Amino acid sequence: MKLKRGIPLIDQHDQHGFWGGKFGGSFIPETLKKPVEDLTNEFKKLRKDKRFIKKRDHYFKNYIGAPTSFVKLDNLTNQLGGAQIWAKVVSEANGGAHKIYNATVHALICKAMGKKYIVGDTGAGYAGKMLSMAAKKFGLKCKIFMGAKDIKRQKPNCDAMRKNGAEIVPVYSGSQTLVDAVSECMRYWVSNCDNTHMCVGSTVGPNIFVKICGWSTAQISRELKVQLKSEFKKIPNKIKLINCVGGGSSAYGFWSEFIDYDKKQIELIGVEAGGPKNSKLHAAPLSRKTKIGILHGAASYVCQNKEGQINETESISAGLDYPGVSPMHCFLKDTKRARYTYATDEEALNAHQMVTKFENLNPSLEPSHAFAEAIKIAPKLSKDIIIIVNSCGDAKKDRDILRERLGKK
Amino acid sequence: MSSLINKAFQNAKNENRPALLTYTVAGDNNKKRSLEILKSISNYADICELGFPHNTPIADGGQIQTSAYRAIKNGIKINDVFSIAKDFKSKKKNKPIILMGYYNMIFQFNENKFLEKCKKSKVDGLIVVDLPYPENKSFAAKCKKKGINFIQLVSPTTSEIRLKKIIKDSHDMIYYISMLSTTGGILKVSPKKILEKYSKIKNQNKSKNVVIGFGITEKTIKSLKKADGLVVGSAICKEISNSINKRQNTVTNVTNIVKRLKNKIK
Ligand SMILES: Cc1ncc(COP(=O)(O)O)c(C=O)c1O
Repeated sequence: MKLKRGIPLIDQHDQHGFWGGKFGGSFIPETLKKPVEDLTNEFKKLRKDKRFIKKRDHYFKNYIGAPTSFVKLDNLTNQLGGAQIWAKVVSEANGGAHKIYNATVHALICKAMGKKYIVGDTGAGYAGKMLSMAAKKFGLKCKIFMGAKDIKRQKPNCDAMRKNGAEIVPVYSGSQTLVDAVSECMRYWVSNCDNTHMCVGSTVGPNIFVKICGWSTAQISRELKVQLKSEFKKIPNKIKLINCVGGGSSAYGFWSEFIDYDKKQIELIGVEAGGPKNSKLHAAPLSRKTKIGILHGAASYVCQNKEGQINETESISAGLDYPGVSPMHCFLKDTKRARYTYATDEEALNAHQMVTKFENLNPSLEPSHAFAEAIKIAPKLSKDIIIIVNSCGDAKKDRDILRERLGKK
Repeated sequence: MSSLINKAFQNAKNENRPALLTYTVAGDNNKKRSLEILKSISNYADICELGFPHNTPIADGGQIQTSAYRAIKNGIKINDVFSIAKDFKSKKKNKPIILMGYYNMIFQFNENKFLEKCKKSKVDGLIVVDLPYPENKSFAAKCKKKGINFIQLVSPTTSEIRLKKIIKDSHDMIYYISMLSTTGGILKVSPKKILEKYSKIKNQNKSKNVVIGFGITEKTIKSLKKADGLVVGSAICKEISNSINKRQNTVTNVTNIVKRLKNKIK
């Protein structure tokens, strides 16, 4: 299994859609074959279409607000006394998280295909909120599938979705979280694929959804590359890019331009959700030894039992609370290009507390997992090492959880 | 030698009616009861489909999901599914049984071992919901080698070229999904339209047995009786749920509904 150079990772799959011969694919019911094929052809065409790219860039700049800033966290760096800590503040993007890139691109594709309805899944509520925003902007009718547990714990984002005119469909099956929302969304698409476009909220699902999402979030690393060059005159010699990983869309977007670099120069570190400290449950398929399985139309490392039933997961962060992960991250793990670890609920909460204490930054619980790793390793590293954390979400949505766990107002 | 599945269709044809195919979930609502249900309804059904439940089904509607979750909650394991099938076949050796489910269960068990187990349990056929053509080519070939029918699915969205290829690669039976829907949806397409598409499939190769499934209930079954076979799943699973809720005998109630379905197509 080997990574290729000079080819975007989203395109390094074989003709059946597998990365490294075994991750990804399209395990879909017959009914979805045609809509998936149509979408695949449309995307192939659009990504080569200069007018479409121009349109995308227009909205990325004027609607999303690209580029998001790249800042040094001086206080945190001084406090930890080791490596420099920087942040790419992706939460500045319109709506407050990286999910807006994928949502905007899907809305544009939906328009291009002449469909009037768009549906999507959401866990933290950001994917749903962003899709509802994009739908409103482009005049599409929008339905969002969301686990009942997540609707309760991410209320601010639900309020936003409703305000944007989207219908939230609560999902009561299974663990009532993201995994069930994605299943229900796919089932809805099976029944309505003739007039409805589906957006998968991360780099998961059947091959084409992994590609579209990765193509969209890649904007993050394109910006970062420019910002690095302008800040340091060249790409520095020792960088660590730390990102939380749920489905892996934000991590892929943060890394995509840098995958070709030697890992001695640019190390890629993915941080999964370890769940509560003393719990057996987690949402960390890459860092806590799981086997390959098929979930939501793709093969990836999956939290599952021996029989192939998908395990319940647990994480304080709704956005990371998912048993599967992008096939591209499985590939990056097995080729050893990226390293994956996890942070527990408690470590993420501590990290959130520390970052907000020292910096004018308010990372949501998802990127707080990434900060936890940065805080853990920075003191042991020398000053010439540059740690960059993707602060990909704003904590406004976590208001209730933070109040409960940290007594925050 | 003709397969049991082929023979079942031939028998029905001789009686001038479509074959009746039932779908129940193994272990619903427990292992012993689901075997009893299977044995009892097979007095009226021509072919029995037995689902091996998965907890993340991406193409099943509410009724079948409920049955599957119930079976998993009651502890059904894949080996139990095989033992139910084996037990059933030891009593009803000429009644074809088709296992149906999602690919991850097969993948975790190991394709070859799974087929070995199927053979030992005398399973006649397999339907894998999320392993479409052409991805299923190698697995389908393995099935054929073992004398197990791999049943291809086609749907209203299947293109003409694809249809041709799928039929060419199919074994004895083809499953036509009547409409864009998960299982258990209300029949939202007219029977006439469904039968038109059905004929298109059938006319490509008359020797293949083409069944129609999705949305078939006591109300709709008669209107589709021109088909080679008709599959009823959600209506049966729903009856199991109802019987449990009303604390009535699931075996009797489910048998009665299958009996009525059969009478409607005689
Ligand atoms: C702010 C934020 N970060 C990260 C994630 C995890 O998703 P992914 O790994 O696809 O970036 C989510 C998902 O909802 C999110 O809202």
